[in-house]
Amino acid sequence: MVSLYYVQKFLFELNRDPEFQSRYTADRHASLSGFDLSHEEKRALVEPDIGLLFHLGVNGQILMHFAAFHSIEWQDYLQQMRDGLEDHGPVREGVYAVTGYEGVAAHTSRLGQTENTVGGR
Amino acid sequence: MALVFAGVCSHAPGIVGRAEQAEPAAKKRLYDAFDDLRLQLEASKPDVLIVVAAEHFANFFMNNMPSFAMGMADYYEGPIENPDWLGIERTRIPGNRSLSERLISKVMERSDVSYAEEWKFDHGIMVPLHFLTPNYDLPVIPANINCQGPPLAPLHRAWKFGQALGEAAEAVSERVALIGTGGISHWPATPDSGKINEEWDRQFLDQWSRCDKEAMLSYSDAESYLEAGQGAFEIRTFVAISGATEGKLGTVHFYEPIPIFAVGCTTATVNL
Ligand SMILES: [Fe+2]
Repeated sequence: MVSLYYVQKFLFELNRDPEFQSRYTADRHASLSGFDLSHEEKRALVEPDIGLLFHLGVNGQILMHFAAFHSIEWQDYLQQMRDGLEDHGPVREGVYAVTGYEGVAAHTSRLGQTENTVGGR
Repeated sequence: MALVFAGVCSHAPGIVGRAEQAEPAAKKRLYDAFDDLRLQLEASKPDVLIVVAAEHFANFFMNNMPSFAMGMADYYEGPIENPDWLGIERTRIPGNRSLSERLISKVMERSDVSYAEEWKFDHGIMVPLHFLTPNYDLPVIPANINCQGPPLAPLHRAWKFGQALGEAAEAVSERVALIGTGGISHWPATPDSGKINEEWDRQFLDQWSRCDKEAMLSYSDAESYLEAGQGAFEIRTFVAISGATEGKLGTVHFYEPIPIFAVGCTTATVNL
């Protein structure tokens, strides 16, 4: 089963609770208990696999702090998300993928085409 | 009494956290604009600053997500982020519980709002405070509009919330300052971070500065998402400030897309 909700809940609690962070650091697998997670999700949280988490649909506001917690530099964080899309495909669900990821180039060219109507409501 | 100050500004974490990666001149222009905004805020001699923010899962999560919430505590803490990552030291920020309670009671007459006696500030509040009250000596009352976890309250409800806030400020004797913080177009914390739709931003800011209610309330999240990214859901905070100051014109003091900060950086005030 897939539970984006619990993946994000785990990260939400980890991000805001230093005590939880110590438990995660001490034993990553054990810290997952109590969260309804698939094998894939557990692996992504333990490794951590930022690209996979992004692909699963984790909200970037939660994910960027998880990346920072693992001392992943900003540009590396962006690259790991890109790699995740390459390896796993478009974002599956969540607010960061309401229309599906289409890539920067495609997005920019479409914005160019609709330039005259942008904001013209 | 009537609001003594109202404005809007950006809050992107990179503004402080990645400051040294920005082009120095662009960074200086923005920092100078923030400094001007601080001087305007100080000149209004406020007793309290209400920050209408769009937090990012620091306190509120999808297990229990309020569309609108306000803090009701004598102090708050922040930032919730790693201080080294954000570039802002962890500190205690004064609040004003009694004033919060009076304001919230008044807001409730017109709008639904949750209250929170505990609140950890994330970059959405800490970045503005870092510039506007750098000594953390002005009591702050946080307000939050859910702009992250859909379903999101529609824009006209953000307007109504702002209107209720403005009326509540009028009903108390303290001098209340109000600031909304959010991005306009941006794709924060995604591979598209750094993309900014300047045309969309300038159009929105023009509507905001004319307090064009009809234009601002006609945005749909689906369209905004396509044209301005998921970060554009945060225009709710700007809309709330307009609701609080209905009919008053605004002045955009600064707007500049700064990609490493991941947003079109903005400071603006309402001409009260
Ligand atoms: Fe934000």
